[in-house]
Amino acid sequence: MATRNVRALAAAFCAFGIGGAAHGAERFGIGRPATQAEIAAWNIDIDRDGRKLPAGSGSVAHGRAVFEAQCASCHGRRGEGGTGERLAGGQGTLASTKPLKTVGSFWPYAPTLFDYIRRAMPMNAPQSLSDDDVYAVSGYVLHLNGLAPEDAVFDAHSLSAIRMPNRDGFIPDPRPDVKP
Amino acid sequence: MSDNDTTITARRRFLVQGAATAVAAVAGAARAEEASPPGIPDWMKAPGADTGSQPYGTPSRFEAGIIRNVPQGLKQYISASTRTPLQDLDGILTPNGLFYERHHGGIPDIDPACHRLLIHGLVEQPLILTMEDIRRFPSESHIHFLECSGNPGFEAIKGKTASDLVGLVSCAEWTGVRLATVLREAGLKPEAKWVVAEGADAAAMTRSIPIEKCLDDALLVYSQNGERLRPQQGYPLRVFLPGFEGNMSVKWLRRLNVSAEPAYSREETAKYTDLMPDGTARQFTFVMEAKSIITRPSGTQRIGPGFHEITGIAWTGRGRIRAVQVTTDGGKSWREAALQEPVLNRALTRFRLPWTWDGQPTTIASRAIDETGYVQPSFEDLTAVRGLKSFYHNNAVVPWRIAADGEVANGYA
Repeated sequence: MATRNVRALAAAFCAFGIGGAAHGAERFGIGRPATQAEIAAWNIDIDRDGRKLPAGSGSVAHGRAVFEAQCASCHGRRGEGGTGERLAGGQGTLASTKPLKTVGSFWPYAPTLFDYIRRAMPMNAPQSLSDDDVYAVSGYVLHLNGLAPEDAVFDAHSLSAIRMPNRDGFIPDPRPDVKP
Repeated sequence: MSDNDTTITARRRFLVQGAATAVAAVAGAARAEEASPPGIPDWMKAPGADTGSQPYGTPSRFEAGIIRNVPQGLKQYISASTRTPLQDLDGILTPNGLFYERHHGGIPDIDPACHRLLIHGLVEQPLILTMEDIRRFPSESHIHFLECSGNPGFEAIKGKTASDLVGLVSCAEWTGVRLATVLREAGLKPEAKWVVAEGADAAAMTRSIPIEKCLDDALLVYSQNGERLRPQQGYPLRVFLPGFEGNMSVKWLRRLNVSAEPAYSREETAKYTDLMPDGTARQFTFVMEAKSIITRPSGTQRIGPGFHEITGIAWTGRGRIRAVQVTTDGGKSWREAALQEPVLNRALTRFRLPWTWDGQPTTIASRAIDETGYVQPSFEDLTAVRGLKSFYHNNAVVPWRIAADGEVANGYA
């Protein structure tokens, strides 16, 4: 412990000794450098293109088993919703008087599914699924929406390759949009 | 518990409370009589409670009903919200215990000694900061409102009180360090355009903040109204983005990932986007536009003919409130209300207008105008552009209907 602190302090001294000189009074020399291992352990952000998706893979068939054990009690066996949000169906309804926003009808990027399930689901035990299980469940939710065949297997490459139906459905904020 | 059970329980509670209230009212009238001249009130005839008998003070027991507006009968309370009782508050600052809540994965119980903030991504030196570290940076305090993006939705605006309708707004003095100061400590690379903030809650709540906001007035906050943040407000550390929709001010902040692009997280694609009538959805709708509500007289209150001070709150995510206009004749004419100083940037502003009610049924409402000239729209004008399905960013005028018997009710219902 003591050795690590000394090493961290030394690293900090080097970093801020140089950085401080270059950037003048803007730096205070507060905090300690984060190592790449520390960053990797905490950084679970996935981008929309899937470039940051981790290694691993999972099949739709395995996803069905994980979903029925971990997800169906809230989201329904076919993703029809319950105490949790509806996950499937609704394609073609967004411009109607009864829009149904689901993964299949509304979510623009498939890698976001991996990001969200891994960080926040299941609600009673988030970050408890393995990356393989997250790939599998993501694939099963896509399957429930008709976006993946029953025998599909998902990994970083194949999940990134899914083109979601509503990919181009988002527009920038035009407000103020209501004139007096 | 089924919905039916909930209803029966609620009815029973109502009856019991009603009976208790009636008994208390009779006893209260007798006590008030004894304490009025020529009587001497009991609380003058013996010493009161010992000094320090409440090491952390709480409101009078006679104010025990002034509490957060907690919705009944939800399917779950992990991802849910509670509202500030706006109709029971004065001034512009919300007491910490009554500040509105919106959580996505419950309220974590974080030991600040164990909390760490990681800053990484497009920075020259990734950093890990402790809470002690963060409190060493130069600090600032600012009074700002915070408002949930869906306050309320556009459909079925059935609430009764001001809190039911727009209680997902509160205002406090926030103390912390400028986010820009902390980012510069790590050193931003030229490609840095967004900062992805992540909470240490069970939702690992994630929102992307444009770098312009990060380098402008964004704060990392550790204190609220002078004391450390409450757990419900992100203890021990949160982001605070003045004027932006509440969910972006990520609570329980543990990570800032400086990046070239937004994360396109679920919260900024599937969740907090605004569906338009043509089926497209507006994305990155950050600013909360100008809004106001009359808090007195307001829904469920009852007034009699004669003098009343109309009062309420106004706010805008685009700066300061320039004026608030009030109608007492259902929108036929509008009069300018007085604004209570100080009128602060991106803070609640208290307005007041003296009024004499003639006893005739009418509708009263307020509309805010901000320093950019933006005028708070009517519900009709707003929904003519956005339809009824966008859910978020409803800042329409809130009408209160006053009946012949003086009962004030939701003008939408």
